[in-house]
Amino acid sequence: MAARPFPLRRSVLSDALAWAAVACVAGLILLPLLAVFWRAGGSSLPGPADWSALRFTLVQAVLSALFSVVLAVPVARALARRQFPGRRALVTLMGAPFILPVIVAVLGLLAVFGRSGIVNQLLGWLGLPQVQIYGLHGVVLAHVFFNLPLATRILLQGWQSIPAERFRLAASLGLGSRDVFRLLEWPMLRSTLPGVAMVIFAICLGSFAVALTLGGGPRATTVELAIYQAFRFDFDLGRAAVLALIQMALVTVTAMLALRFSLLDGFGRGLDRIPRRWEAETWLLRLLDALVLGLVALFLLLPLGAVIWRGVAGLDSLPPQVWRAASVSVVMAFTSTAITVGLALTFAHLARKRQGVEAVGLLGIAVSPLVIGTGLFLLINPFSDPARLTFAVTVIVNALAALPFAMRVLVPALRDVEKDYGPLADSLGMIGMARFRWLILPRLRRPLGFAAGLAAALSMGDLGVVALFADPDRATLPLQILRLMGAYRMDAAAGAGLLLLMISLLLFWLFDQGGRRDVDT
Amino acid sequence: MLTLEQLDIRQDTFELRADFALATGAIAAVIGPSGAGKSTLLNVIAGFFAPVDGRVLWMGQDITALPPAQRPLAMLFQDNNLFPHLTVAQNVGLGIRPDLRLSSQDQTRVAQALTRVGLSGLEGRKPSALSGGQQGRVALARVLVQRCPLILLDEPFAALGPALKNEMLDLVAALAAETGATLLMVSHDPADARRIAPLVIIVADGVALPPQPTLPLLDNPPPALAAYLGV
Repeated sequence: MAARPFPLRRSVLSDALAWAAVACVAGLILLPLLAVFWRAGGSSLPGPADWSALRFTLVQAVLSALFSVVLAVPVARALARRQFPGRRALVTLMGAPFILPVIVAVLGLLAVFGRSGIVNQLLGWLGLPQVQIYGLHGVVLAHVFFNLPLATRILLQGWQSIPAERFRLAASLGLGSRDVFRLLEWPMLRSTLPGVAMVIFAICLGSFAVALTLGGGPRATTVELAIYQAFRFDFDLGRAAVLALIQMALVTVTAMLALRFSLLDGFGRGLDRIPRRWEAETWLLRLLDALVLGLVALFLLLPLGAVIWRGVAGLDSLPPQVWRAASVSVVMAFTSTAITVGLALTFAHLARKRQGVEAVGLLGIAVSPLVIGTGLFLLINPFSDPARLTFAVTVIVNALAALPFAMRVLVPALRDVEKDYGPLADSLGMIGMARFRWLILPRLRRPLGFAAGLAAALSMGDLGVVALFADPDRATLPLQILRLMGAYRMDAAAGAGLLLLMISLLLFWLFDQGGRRDVDT
Repeated sequence: MLTLEQLDIRQDTFELRADFALATGAIAAVIGPSGAGKSTLLNVIAGFFAPVDGRVLWMGQDITALPPAQRPLAMLFQDNNLFPHLTVAQNVGLGIRPDLRLSSQDQTRVAQALTRVGLSGLEGRKPSALSGGQQGRVALARVLVQRCPLILLDEPFAALGPALKNEMLDLVAALAAETGATLLMVSHDPADARRIAPLVIIVADGVALPPQPTLPLLDNPPPALAAYLGV
């Protein structure tokens, strides 16, 4: 019996503030875009280098999506049909790349696949030629490292959407694993795979930090990276604006396509249920699944292990600017987390009254941080030195970038709370602060903690807009690591990478656990 | 007196009309097939659902446009009648002040209400640490402190076993008698009506009929009710 609610008299002031927040977000995203438009209008058409950046962006994104998705199929299938000790840990590990700082992953991949990495040492012993990590394949490798787990988790959800009874029926009919794949698994994959590939393609289009560290040069530059180079090396604002316009068109089109597949739901809820699979109970398939899972675990754990292994040595001799950068990053993470969570709550509240509000909050995912950064730079430059506003700009852009994810968690959670307890609260006259304090806040603790943890970890590991703005004296921890790598101080970089990894995970864990403590169901 | 004046309730293809009055202090059971609109009728009276046309009056005063909390009534829903994250005392206290700023006088009232429903000493517990019957009693204690002249029950005890449910109904009837409150309760079990409700409102075929005396009606049901009761 869905009731049409009466308009409850709420305080006009708090609603006005909420709408002001929405206007601020819309303004902070749209004004920079306008500035980019305006600046790009007066400059030359894109040159050959710009087209080649566009081409490279598309090629690497297609390859990354393809490899991630194709490799994720056997991994997800093995996870979907095998019960083994450590399975839960492996599924959790598949969620980790989301909060893993890109620069840390790059350090790990370099340690495994780099010039003096584990793989090349093995190849050297065997007398085989060395592999090169820099360039297209390095970029794709890093993207697969981040997105193979994402694809696996989404596909695993797809597998679990197949009712266990179907597998039982298949067994009673004596179907083999090939028949089960054709009749049950392939139809699910056919409807899921395009969406997963599209999402990963969209994510990889915005690749900046990976391209910055593993790509570069005329043959391996993404549009985002080209924006950065136009800024830092040529200080050609017109060209940066033209590139930002290209990136904007690219991402907007793709985001609209990708948003049609709402795949970020759940964050792996209920992935523990495993139906019995009679057709897969052969030693050959068991061996195959074990091999697949072993390889993927190795692929994910080896770089992380290498970061820890190499980092421990450098940890006690970290240069002072690393500690300074770390403290800057932590303060930034807390500030932008507070903004993200406040905005997400506000948007979730308003989204229940007015449709379309949610879209404003999701704008952040459709617009790349570097594009917003370019626009903000153009807006600030005539009035003040943008470098002086590094902190504020980075915090705001990080908060806007995390907002879509926080909303993804909080909007449905608030809707559930209002659906379950809204009528009771209405009948008792709990409005305004009383409702917030005694109903919303306590009921939303868990999703709030999780959303805050995501926002904090994302902000902590971000290496995007800060690279545009920061002057040599100011840096966040990821930027500091990048500078150490650029100066070939790999031991210090490894130590700082471990520090960043620990802080990111610690922040996520603190917030997430804070939401879980003493929660009543 | 509760007056439903030419009420016209619509939702998609659903339609319900009601035009009758219920005397102050009366206890009436709302009976009818599922989907006929028993809960919807209560939701309109409580202010959770707006009628297309007609008025709801309490003591001659039009309350049709008032939000739920400003109506002189307390309502218990089918479920979610308690906030699981708040203690028993806090849940009851919300009936006095929605911001829980309770004076010592208010706290005394909470304690008295809990004693009346037989739960003294459980103030600090959370609902999850109580049995289903005890949870029902906490909700009733809150209704008690709300001091509303009209009480609406939308089958809050449906999930309890028969013995517990009867116990709750007796308690509700006793509380209503003590406070002189008017009571309107949805039920799908005619035995509930026989037990505590002298009046019955039949909701069927798009109409909520005026209250009729329970015993003659149930002993000699008209065709629509007979079909529902299966006699």
